[in-house]
Amino acid sequence: MEPFALLLDTLTTTPSRKGKLALLSEYFRAAPDPDRGYALAALTDGLFPRLPLRRSLATLLETRVDPVLYALSRDYVGDTAETVALLWPEPTDRPPPPRLSEVVTAIANAPPSEIAGTLGHLLDRLDTRGRWALLKLVGGAPRVGVSARLAKTALAEIRPDTAAHAVGVSDIEEIWHALEPPYTDLFLWLEGKAPRPDAGGKPVFRPLMLAHAIEEQDWASFAPEDFAAEWKWDGIRVQIAAHGGHVRIFSRTGDDISRSFPEIVSAFERHDVLADGELLVARRGVVAAFNDLQQRLNRKVVTGKMLKDHPAHVRLYDLLIVDGEDLRELSFRERRLRLEAWHSAHGPPLTDVSPLVPFETRAELDALWADAREASIEGLMLKRWTSPYLSGRPRGHWFKWKRAALTLDCVLMYAQRGSGKRSSYYSDYTFGVWREIENPEAATGPRGDIYPGHELVPVGKAYSGMTDAELIEIDRFVRNHTVEQFGPVRAVEPRLVLEVAFDAIFPSPRHKSGLAMRFPRIHRIRWDKPAVEADTLTAAQRLVANAANALAR
Amino acid sequence: MRAAGVDQWLYPTPRGLYCAPAGVYIDPARPVERAIVTHGHSDHARPGNGAVLATAETIEIMKVRLGTEAAGRFEPAAYGATTNLDGVAVRLVPAGHVLGSAQVVLEWNGQRAVVSGDYKRSPDPTCAPFEVVPCDVFVTEATFALPVFRHEHAASEIARLLASMRRNPDRAHLVGAYGLGKCQRVIRLVREAGYDAPIYLHGAHLAITELYAKLGVDLGDCRAVPDDKSADLAGALVIGPPSAIADRWSRRFPDPVTAFASGWMRIKGRVRQSGVELPLVISDHADWPELISTILETSAEDVWVTHGREDALVYELTRRGLKARALALVGFDEEGE
Repeated sequence: MEPFALLLDTLTTTPSRKGKLALLSEYFRAAPDPDRGYALAALTDGLFPRLPLRRSLATLLETRVDPVLYALSRDYVGDTAETVALLWPEPTDRPPPPRLSEVVTAIANAPPSEIAGTLGHLLDRLDTRGRWALLKLVGGAPRVGVSARLAKTALAEIRPDTAAHAVGVSDIEEIWHALEPPYTDLFLWLEGKAPRPDAGGKPVFRPLMLAHAIEEQDWASFAPEDFAAEWKWDGIRVQIAAHGGHVRIFSRTGDDISRSFPEIVSAFERHDVLADGELLVARRGVVAAFNDLQQRLNRKVVTGKMLKDHPAHVRLYDLLIVDGEDLRELSFRERRLRLEAWHSAHGPPLTDVSPLVPFETRAELDALWADAREASIEGLMLKRWTSPYLSGRPRGHWFKWKRAALTLDCVLMYAQRGSGKRSSYYSDYTFGVWREIENPEAATGPRGDIYPGHELVPVGKAYSGMTDAELIEIDRFVRNHTVEQFGPVRAVEPRLVLEVAFDAIFPSPRHKSGLAMRFPRIHRIRWDKPAVEADTLTAAQRLVANAANALAR
Repeated sequence: MRAAGVDQWLYPTPRGLYCAPAGVYIDPARPVERAIVTHGHSDHARPGNGAVLATAETIEIMKVRLGTEAAGRFEPAAYGATTNLDGVAVRLVPAGHVLGSAQVVLEWNGQRAVVSGDYKRSPDPTCAPFEVVPCDVFVTEATFALPVFRHEHAASEIARLLASMRRNPDRAHLVGAYGLGKCQRVIRLVREAGYDAPIYLHGAHLAITELYAKLGVDLGDCRAVPDDKSADLAGALVIGPPSAIADRWSRRFPDPVTAFASGWMRIKGRVRQSGVELPLVISDHADWPELISTILETSAEDVWVTHGREDALVYELTRRGLKARALALVGFDEEGE
């Protein structure tokens, strides 16, 4: 348990990806089986189903810690697991600490009524760091800034240089969902001591074929007859694997997200396919904005209300395997025909096929692209008719052509320090647009004096898009124009205009302005533009209305 | 009840804690005629007082930090020596906080009060260890007065620092540490752990570190960080004020590992806020077990709790059957380090 606790603790303060990778692969190399396998499970899919942790902790603390001191401490620390770890009474003579595998077995085998007691015995054997790690482990995903993909990437690095074949993260992803903790056979394979584990009959993830953003030089050799066009839908890319009554929905990185979308799982239950598509929220055939889909992502429990208010839908665009026949070697044109034929014969409910967008000439294509204004469309996809399905991001086959970003001129309101390499810079920016003050008496927004009768309302936050040189300039501006400081955040004089680019804008009751942006980034710094000439909330709302009108057309 | 009535001759005022029969304030927040200063930190030692009674070390520290004119008159007192101030017997006793730090023992009318200033019980090679003085009233700080605060052994934290330096030989290690006490303690502990290369200091830490050396604390080769930005400090150990570690000053070092030596590093939220990569739990204040055991050892009947988390400590002492109350004193820094 101690090496794992040290790993988790060190990861929380290691900002760089490289540093995290080094720590992880060092651990995976050094830790014995089955401990490292359980650690891997904890960092990827989670180790335990939901345990009654809160109740167990309450039971445990009752007899050991004074309730008033606990409450004062909890208020100060701000995190229950950490508070308990810190004020757990230190035994005078601590028994030797358990191994991670012992911890996992003990908790997994404890009947619900004995979870608290088991946890108590384990806590008595651990030091502060170990207790913290244990409680994080039991509480679900330990948030230490490591994605499942990063953990798998580190795993690929433990393969010795002497092994016959190098292993990439996609090789691991492909068999991942057929494996189970503690992943002993996976480690043996990675260390070159055993063959690659067999996926057996279970539905598994096949790494996706990804598109490149189209660039100027790609257009030079572009021939309209060589390419099919489809709309680029603003949902999330999924792969649906259905086989032998089991259905899995995988995200583009191979995370299993089946649990959040039970209706899609049951739609595919009687099928035997591996299909690519876009996961969307659609109401009566009309695709909703990405924000609607976001309400459904990362939900462990899906309520009936959610299913009704935010119904999921899959828009299919490729067929990889059907009834055991692997189509990946076929051309896109042939796969497309097979997809259409299969769907019209057996199409599961809650699915449709992404229509092809017909075009004859480059000029027609340009016009289609320029007119795409619906919130649910991000642009166009161009796919070479002759391309087989190739995992990864091969050049020259698939292109994405995102429509031009929307922009607004916003005023910088708050700046926050970044982390890691950027910790000495103010690199996260909150910006706003002007709103007319209806009732000047009750005005609460900052600085009506710059633009009389108007106040700024925040419309978004961005921390990318600027060059390193621009970052230094904005940092200097922030320091020289601070009006107030709250911890790592500074409020600045409303003077600097930032041209902000974003992919979409939609209504959001959670934000003060009533609007939220998708993927906002700093497009340009308008040192030349007076703040009073920045955009208004009305202009921002007009962009939302344009998207809605386009949808209605 | 021997402690009854101590508050008739020792009580808080807007200028600070006042001992009426002696006409003296302890660590006053505003200039007064006559002051006793427990130690050199800026929320305890302030300029502009008429006469200042303190240990010789504290007086030297005040002169370096505040100037030789920081007080009208300095009156050095050795640890253990008794000074009579208008019938009040005053004695300074080591507090173990930083070099020169003292508890103030006041005796009057057969009653004894100890004003402990800031203190700790864990060993510190740069200052004299805390001495327990039995008393009727004990005035204690409460910086880390929550049961979640149990400081690590400083030596094991230093071992983590040195291990990180060995793991990252190409990166400079920037340690944020308070300039008086913590900085020199870290240096001394690093030396005791066998590190003998030069240690680089932020300009703000130079003068006090030199004073420590002059007063007999052996700190080895300590030098200023060179102004020349191109100077190669890869692999070096650099100590500076906590505020500089994540700010512009740090940009001159190539890919530094940032560290912060403080009792607050016990709490992960604080670590996140500070943004450092290597939190070191090293404190110059008593942790929860030290506070409780020290108070019990003094066998004081009445405990006055000042700056910090008074609630928890007053609650715990009351629970144990002692008389305890929060004392509203002005001017002290609740963050402490």
